[in-house]
Amino acid sequence: MDLISNLELGFSVALSFNNIALCFIGCLVGTLIGVLPGVGPIATIAMLLPITFGIDPTGALIMLAGIYYGAQYGGSTTAILVNIPGEATSVVTVLDGHQMAKQGRPGVALGMAAIASFFAGTVATLVIAALGAPLTKLAQLFGPAEYFSLMVMGLVFAMVLARGSLVKAFAMIVMGLLLSTIGTDLETGEPRLTFGIENLSDGIEFAVLAMGVFGFAEIIRNLENPEARDVVRGSIGRLLPNKEDFKQAALPIVRGTGIGAALGILPGNGAVLGPFASYSIEKKLAKDPRRFGRGAIEGVAGPEAANNAGAQTAFIPLLTLGIPPNAVMALMVGAMTIHGIIPGPQVMTKNPQLFWGMIASMWIGNLMLLIINLPLVGLWARLLKVPYRLLFPAILLFCCIGIYSINNSVEQVIMTAFFGFFGYALIKFGFEPAPMLLGFVLGKLMEEKLRQALILSRGNFMTFVERPVSGGLLLVAVVLVVAALLPAIRKSREEVFTE
Amino acid sequence: MKFLAKLAFAAAALAAGSVSAQTYPAKPVTMIVPFAAGGPTDVIARIVGEHMSRTLGQQIVIENVAGAGGTTGTTRAAQAANDGYTIMMGHMGTHGAAPALYPNLRYDPTKDFEPIGLAAGTPILIVAKKAFPANDLKSFTDHVKANADKLNLAHAGVGSVSHSTGILLGSMIGAKPTMVPYTGTGPALNDLVSGQVDFMTDQIVNVAEQIRAGTIRAYAIATPTRSPALPDVPTTTEAGLPQYQVSAWNAMFAPKGTSADAVAKLNDALRKALADEATRKRLLDLGAVLPSADEQTPAWLGAFVAKEVERWNPVLKAAR
Repeated sequence: MDLISNLELGFSVALSFNNIALCFIGCLVGTLIGVLPGVGPIATIAMLLPITFGIDPTGALIMLAGIYYGAQYGGSTTAILVNIPGEATSVVTVLDGHQMAKQGRPGVALGMAAIASFFAGTVATLVIAALGAPLTKLAQLFGPAEYFSLMVMGLVFAMVLARGSLVKAFAMIVMGLLLSTIGTDLETGEPRLTFGIENLSDGIEFAVLAMGVFGFAEIIRNLENPEARDVVRGSIGRLLPNKEDFKQAALPIVRGTGIGAALGILPGNGAVLGPFASYSIEKKLAKDPRRFGRGAIEGVAGPEAANNAGAQTAFIPLLTLGIPPNAVMALMVGAMTIHGIIPGPQVMTKNPQLFWGMIASMWIGNLMLLIINLPLVGLWARLLKVPYRLLFPAILLFCCIGIYSINNSVEQVIMTAFFGFFGYALIKFGFEPAPMLLGFVLGKLMEEKLRQALILSRGNFMTFVERPVSGGLLLVAVVLVVAALLPAIRKSREEVFTE
Repeated sequence: MKFLAKLAFAAAALAAGSVSAQTYPAKPVTMIVPFAAGGPTDVIARIVGEHMSRTLGQQIVIENVAGAGGTTGTTRAAQAANDGYTIMMGHMGTHGAAPALYPNLRYDPTKDFEPIGLAAGTPILIVAKKAFPANDLKSFTDHVKANADKLNLAHAGVGSVSHSTGILLGSMIGAKPTMVPYTGTGPALNDLVSGQVDFMTDQIVNVAEQIRAGTIRAYAIATPTRSPALPDVPTTTEAGLPQYQVSAWNAMFAPKGTSADAVAKLNDALRKALADEATRKRLLDLGAVLPSADEQTPAWLGAFVAKEVERWNPVLKAAR
């Protein structure tokens, strides 16, 4: 078997002392920066690039990849503990993860997130190794029209995310879509809705919006009444999930892994949809959907698995085609280029040691992350016992550093403060920020793909229906909407959409 | 006693100040790269910057300030303190095409900077999807001319290198294909490989591996000589479009008024980096073209920028 001999080669590279050490450093650094709100993998990899100059390319890439998926792990920790999603993919984890933490089960949430991620990482590594090349061909079927239809389907998912009323959720999605239109027009290069503020010329940074409406707003809300503690004061409870938890989470993890892995392959940052899709599906399948948003473990396990699977399979377009699907992967391309390896379709045959070594190191990295994270769960959980007067300034400080590090810009820190007050107003009026964030993330991609598809079809809207993959996706979206709106099944809709 | 200590401290500080004025650089130098980390300009800045740090004895710290086709970071560099501790890596877009593309540009590439020196350029190639029905540049241009209304030219967004060079190509062969904007080279290249769009022009470092693997086809390289990285690809001169000469050049600039001493030291460090065997090899492996000795002076760069601004202005304004 080719696969086995290839993996053997990979593990022989990845298991050298140097590479294990580099993988460990990468995972550790990744976890730490992931925990710090806002300091994302992009800023860290860019900062650490010069350090890797002295290392051989394989080792350097193993370390940088470790930072990337380490950050995914660490990001969930912040999402669960302090209600701040550092990246689009951890928005969903906030919903039930933070509720679990509030109910005194932060350890269970963190532990389940780590285990779900490990399972997803293992499966995704195998998918990359065995099916990377053929899956790439499949993903190539996705043109702008197909992406647009996929995003439309994603928007329908967004409505299910809401805990409150459907109308409010819809309003927030539209709000997110509107916010995403701020910035330079794709086709003409004209600034739109920027009011002459140069920092808005590329639109609002996701982290700025997310950290404002989640992190900052949450802190302001907590300041309202000093008595109420967001996080449990007394016992932290069990640190690790028990048998019952596993029973509840097992199937969501498997489903989440499948969804995340499939969406991650798409070379247009389809991975962001993974956790949202997983959450929606779990909520639909659950016997009692009302538990969601109130600390349902499936709402942590499924999306976390989807998140990590997607993060891993996002390497497929990079490794098999040499084309980066998102900003982090573009940076990995830069790292490879600096090390004299220009990624392309032939990396696999030209640099088999690098290719298979990286794949093997992904699994080793996931194992390391589990080993690093499980003992840390107790430590992180204890962090919640830090008094507010110390915790809040620290969170704000780290958020500010993180936001500054995105583009070395003070203005973006100020903008985050603005969105903090905006988010506080939303909380006061009972609007959910999560659908807005999904609308925002999808809005950018949707507009881009919509316009590309229409330019390619010379303005013919039929292109979305005529292309089979696109038409199929739209059909699913229509079915979902009809199911939600038909008066005959109104009762079940209310069960799904309202508390 | 306290007063004396303060006085001594002040004296020491003064002394340190005057020393640092004499021995530039006395602290790390920030080099603004107006694009996201990982792109061709960033990679070149990091490779060159690493060797320059060794010559200067101070670290050159890369600061990526992306946005608005590189003009956000360039504006910041233009407005930075002109003490020699903030410099930037500009390129064809920020210091050539930008004035024609952005009517409200807050800097003038010819007036607001002290040129330091040309670093390295990456040649532009004319590439098309695998199934494009042409075997050489001649039949390519004929096909584009005959079918301009049906063909799609991909680019990485307004202000990007592929955007400007694509417009230039269209104006030279006298055809206006439909421009399809993408948000970066990666997505554009992806749709070229999968055949959603028909052709584009882009930097060698982005497309070389795809050409070698045969996932896209190359018709010509827009430099006077063939590239050792792709020896089979003819030059535009050989293939019959000699007027299409363009490369995505990268060059270092300091804010206006930076001392001649600092500029001279930075230029010297840049020259040493470009003369270093290992650095040269890393740049050449990318397919980059390195400047000749007479192209490495600040004066040459100053004149070159003025020529570039003049060259892009009519082409891009006509396309608007």
